[in-house]
Parts: sequence; C-alpha cells; structure tokens
Amino acid sequence: MSVIAPKFKFSEFVKSILDNLFWFLLIFALIGLPLVQIILFYIEMPVIDGELLTPFLALTWLADPSRTLPILKSFMATDLFRIAAFPGFGFAALLAAGTIFVERKMLAKLQLRVGPFYCGKIEGILQLMGDGLKLISKEIIIPAKADKPIFWAAPVIFVGAAAAFIALIPVAPGWVVADVDVGLLAVFAVIGFFPIITILSAWSANSKFPFIGGIRALHQMVSFEIPLILSLLGVVILTGTLNLSEIAASQSNFPWIVFLPVGAIVFFITILAELERIPFDLPEAESEIVAGWLTELSGMMYGLVQLGTYLKLYAFAALFVVLFLGGWNGPMIWPPFPEEIITKGIEAGPITITIPGLPLFSQETLNGIVWFVIKTVGVIFFILLPRGVFPRIRIDMLLSLGWYKLIGLAFVNIFIALGLLYAGVLGPGGML
Amino acid sequence: MSAKLPPGLALQKVDERIMTLNVGPQHPGSGHMRIIVQIDGDFIVACDPDPGYVHRGEEKMAEYRNYILNIPHLERPVIHDSCNVLYPYVLGVEELLGIEVPERAKYIRVIASELNRCIYIMYWLAIYGIFLGHSTMFMWPAGDRELLIDLMEKMSGARVTHAHFVPGGVRNDLPPNFEDVCLRQVNYFEKRIKEYAAVFYDNPILIARTEKTGILSRQDAIRLGTTGSVLRASGVDYDLRKKEPYDVYDELDFQTPVLKEGDSYARSKIPWLDMMESCRIIRNALAKMPKSGSVRVKLKPNPKGGDDSVYKRVESGRGSLGCYIVSDKKPEPYRLKLSVGSFRNLIALPYLLKGEKLGNMPSVYWSLNYWPVEADR
Repeated sequence: MSVIAPKFKFSEFVKSILDNLFWFLLIFALIGLPLVQIILFYIEMPVIDGELLTPFLALTWLADPSRTLPILKSFMATDLFRIAAFPGFGFAALLAAGTIFVERKMLAKLQLRVGPFYCGKIEGILQLMGDGLKLISKEIIIPAKADKPIFWAAPVIFVGAAAAFIALIPVAPGWVVADVDVGLLAVFAVIGFFPIITILSAWSANSKFPFIGGIRALHQMVSFEIPLILSLLGVVILTGTLNLSEIAASQSNFPWIVFLPVGAIVFFITILAELERIPFDLPEAESEIVAGWLTELSGMMYGLVQLGTYLKLYAFAALFVVLFLGGWNGPMIWPPFPEEIITKGIEAGPITITIPGLPLFSQETLNGIVWFVIKTVGVIFFILLPRGVFPRIRIDMLLSLGWYKLIGLAFVNIFIALGLLYAGVLGPGGML
Repeated sequence: MSAKLPPGLALQKVDERIMTLNVGPQHPGSGHMRIIVQIDGDFIVACDPDPGYVHRGEEKMAEYRNYILNIPHLERPVIHDSCNVLYPYVLGVEELLGIEVPERAKYIRVIASELNRCIYIMYWLAIYGIFLGHSTMFMWPAGDRELLIDLMEKMSGARVTHAHFVPGGVRNDLPPNFEDVCLRQVNYFEKRIKEYAAVFYDNPILIARTEKTGILSRQDAIRLGTTGSVLRASGVDYDLRKKEPYDVYDELDFQTPVLKEGDSYARSKIPWLDMMESCRIIRNALAKMPKSGSVRVKLKPNPKGGDDSVYKRVESGRGSLGCYIVSDKKPEPYRLKLSVGSFRNLIALPYLLKGEKLGNMPSVYWSLNYWPVEADR
C-alpha cells in the first residue's frame, strides 16, 4: 500500500508555514517597504486637504484611519490605479474570470451535466483558482528544436497586447486608461498584433501541428480583420470621430445598433472569428491538429495564453458595447448617495461618525459602470452561446465567408451610414 | 538500395511541398491507431492507416480455452457492443454442439443485441460529435446511453461487458417487471434521439461541412468490401438481419435504412436511423416474446465439438461480423477467426481521404464506423 506523503507530520507542516511566514515578513520589511516608499516617492502624487501626498502622509492612515478614504481617493486619481485596477487590468481580469465560470456552468446546463461543483463549496466557484494553481505548479516543457527566446516571449506579448487593448476601452465617463483621439485606429493596430504573435509562437515551436494551427490562425485573423475594420466605419462616419469616449457619449439618445444593424451583425461574426471561438475555432481544432498553435505550450505559458484570450474576449465585447450599444449610457438606476452622511455623519449611539472623502465615485460614474457591465455581460453571453450549438466549420468555408459575404455586408453597412448622413438624418448637424 | 528494402521501409523521395503528419496514436482525433497523412497545403495527397496498436491476440487466446471460457474474452474487442460481438461465436458453437435454443432465449438475445447496438452507436455518435467540435453532441449521447446501460445492467448484471450470451441460450432469465421498464426507457430513448436532429443532423454548419465530402460510390463500396452502415449509406440494401436472418429476426417487423449519397453526412446518418429501427425491433420483440419458459439448455461440462468447422455471421453495430470456428474433437476450438466489420470499412479510408481537405479528415474517418480495437482483435 502506498501513501502519498509517508513522512508527513502535522507539526512540521505548521513549522514550515511559520518558517515561510518569517522569511516573507523579513523580506517584506527589508525590501518591500523601502520599495513601496521609493515608488510612492517617484510617482506624481496629488494634493489632499492642501497637503501634497508624500509617502509619509500615505502611511498616516496607520495612525488615523479616518484618512483612509482621502488617501484612497487620491490614489484612485493616479495612472497606476487606472492601469492596474480600474478600468484597466484588474477590472477586466475579474470580468474575464467571471466569464470563464459562467461559460462552464452555462455549457454544463446546456449539456445536461453539472459542471464545476466541488472546488469552493458553492457550485465550484473556486475551480478557476484551482486550475490556475495547477498550471502554475506544472513544469514548462520547451521543445528541443524550438526558437527559445521567441517561444518564451510570445505568451507574455500576447497578454501584453490584450492588456493594451483593454487600456483603450472607456468604461464610464472619464474612466479610461488611454483616452487617445485616434482610439479606434489604436484598436485596429492592437488587433493587428495578434496574428503576428500567434504565428511567431507557432513557428518558433518548430513542430508540425502548431505550425499548421498558426497558419490557420493567420489566414483566419487576416481575412476577418478587413470586414472588422469596414464594419466599424459606419459608426465613424456618423459620429465623425475616432475617439471611443466621444463615440460612446454620442449615443446618449439611441445606440447605433438601431441604425446600423448590418454593421453590428458583421462585427459580431468577426469577433467570433478573431477570438477563435466555436464555430471558428479552426486554429485550435482538437480532432484535426491536436491543440493547434497551443500544442507545445505547457504550464503557465498555456495559462498566460488563456488569460490573454479571455481578456481579449472581454475587450471585444466591450468594444461592441461602446460602438453599437451605447457604452455607459442608460437610464439612471443607481440610487443617489445620501448627503446626510457627508454633512451630518452617522449617529451611532453617543458618538457621530464623520467619514471624510465620500463619495468615492459619483452617481453618474456608478450608473455608467453598472450599465456598461450589464451590456458587456450580455454580449459575452451571446459570444459564448454558439459553443453549445454549432460544430466547427472548415477553412475554405471560413475564408469564403470572410472574403465574399462579410466584406459585402460591411460595404452595405457603409452605404447605409452614408445615406443617413447625406439625407441629413444623422451625423453632425443632423435631425436626430 | 531501396529495391532491397521491404515495401513499408522503402525510401521515399522528399518533396518540399509535402508534409507528413503522424495523426496518432497519441492524437485526440485518431483513436488507438495511426493515420500517416501526407498533406500539400490543406489537401491530403496520400493517407496510410496503420492499425495494430491494440492487438491482443484474441484469436490465439481462443485456442487455449474451452468453449465456455472463451465467452468473456471474446467480447473484449468491442465492449460497448459485447452482445453482438459474441453473437456469431455463440451461434457457431450451438451448431457445432447441436443445441436447440429455447424460444424465449432467442427473443432475449435479440432484445439484448439491439440494446447493445444502440449503446455502441451512442458512443460512436458522441465521438463523432466531438470530432466535429460539437461538444453538446458529445455530452447528450453519452448521457442518454445510460438509459440503455441501466437496462442491460438489470438484464445481465454488468454495465458494459455482459457475458450474457452462452451456447444454449442466455445466462439468466429477465428480472421481474423488466418488460415494463424496458418499454418505458426505450420509448423515452427514442424521443430523445429524435431531438438530436434539431441540434446536430439538421444543423446547417454540419450539413455544409460533411455533405459531398468523402463520397464512396455504390460500385466502390461493393468493390472495397465495405459493410454495415458504410455500405447502406452508398445505396446498397444489405443487412444480415434481413438477408440471413438468425434467431427470430425473420419474425420481427423492421426496415433497414438506406441512403444513396455515400458521403460523410449519409454515413453518419445511417446509424442514427438504425437506432430508431432498433427501438422498433425491441418493442416488437417484447410484444411477441413468450412470457415464460426456459432460457437456457443445460450443457455437459467441457463440451466437445465434432471434426467440423462452422462459419456464422451477424449484423453488428459496425456491419457484418463473422466467426469461423474449426473443431477437432477437443474441448477447445482448433482455430477461431473473427471477421470484423471495422477492418473492412477501414480499407476505404485511403480512397476517401485522397484529395480531401485536412479539415475533413476526422469526419470522413469516424463516419466509416470504425472501432480500432475491434480491427486489431
């Protein structure tokens, strides 16, 4: 009879944890804290209550907890917060993680099974975390004849490109990482990166199945990029701007999908193809070419590619929302912040608690975030749904769909937009 | 120099346009075998199926065991279809030993055989679904298959390898109330498989992808010696249950579905239509079956055959399945040969894949109704 860990002792297990804790605290105190101080010193700090936020002031919340919110609020104004937390990487990763969970459970219900169930007690909600830990702990195997630097770099660049895509998405009025005037062009530029990364990763693996998968991905992404760009031109014609925030703000009365349904449909189909989702998952067609261009990726390299894929999924769904469904616009459903808490404070028995720094977000921002999340989740749902219904299509069918049908429909969409513009219905100085 | 090498090892001229792919044995789309595919871009220029990875010497093993001990291991080639793979052996041994089978046992055999055919086809269909990237079509048949597996468990006591057929009848009588449960489950099963049309067989993408691919003409199907669903999808009405009725198939009312197209879509549709006919046969047999009576003839211990040979064949889930037994007055067979439908259908694969696109390979390959373990025996 074999035992998994024959010399296991609980006391030693606890001791090893305490050991690790000791080293963690020591390293944190010697390196981490000075590092935090240095970072706080170098980033541009805002002014709170007439005082510049210095590292010393930032740490005063230890002595005075009532300063927490002002410091947090000032931190929220920094670029670091926007890039790392909201509306950048953290927000997108959270939505992507939720997407994976919903996809698994929804697909399971569709297929008359249970899906993730045990990990995390409640309906397997921690399954993704378990999978992530498993991927991190796995060995990374690199093919002997691989071009190692490129093979190593490709998954990282993939996540980087997906994160760059996220940075361009406006979530609420004023809440966008990079508010560039040529936002849509920047989106096209970022999308153009993905086939290059894919073919580099596939080719550098020096293996047959990844190579075929990479070539397929290249065909697919290049042939669907053209209808993708053309289908978005209708919106640009009507709004007269490439700035995504301005495009979202221009839809305060009605979303563009009302006037440009053809463009929306074309864009949705190209999204499915760009994301390699079923029925367009040819680059990862399991029964034909093992796992396509992901075949030789192992361990956390595979995990990174999956993370990048789901970030890309969120970014494309969000782009659909911004361009066609009105972005953050929607009826006001978020309740107004009770002003008494700011002016009078909360009365708790004999004392009155006053919380400076409230509210963290304005009512409009919160309402915008709620509408944006609702719409994005709805679009993601429709992106996930074909997986349970359709088989995979073939490469020749895919190419003829991309080159003949979708490009034609995209031009129809452009003519609709131009007609609306020259008839004086929409656009700058239009009737609506 | 290359002339002296055996044919399989002959050196080939390297063409830079041609890439050789080893699909299998460790490939999600191959099963327990290898298909050596040579592709030019996306087109297959040559294909060489290479079975034999799961050869277990069933025929040789049979020469060292007596007629009763051969039962459990002979059903191993296709455990999902274990009653059908045992059927010709049992029929042959009965003819060798001169046993007359009770009427009720014949009906139970037909019911078990048809249930097993449905169980096999459901498994085959699940894999066909996932080969085409349709994960729902993997889960639904795999789940609905449990209905019939439960029935077989009630009947024989085992979920997959039943060892239920013995020379002289079946091992056990049916459990009480089996007829009602069987009728109810089979009716529900038939309702479920009709729902597959909406999600799979009428799916426009599936039809566009598999129609007019891998066409096997009527003449080629006969010339290559294919059998079962592949033959019937090419327009040849050939079913051993009709042509050479064994046990009580001639008393039952059923039809054999035949399609004329001969493409992957027709080949994938025939087993599905077969399952509906199987449900019909089961209902029919349940109605006509004698309600009581013996199900098994008592055999002598270590029965010996004469100096004789016998060849029996039945229609299994994959087509004609024959068993040739040579006896030399000993308790063990002198020679036992299984002639399986899988191997006959595999012969068509190089002809069908030549000139096809790589994306059609899984659908053409699996539509041949091929079971690698059975072909290797």
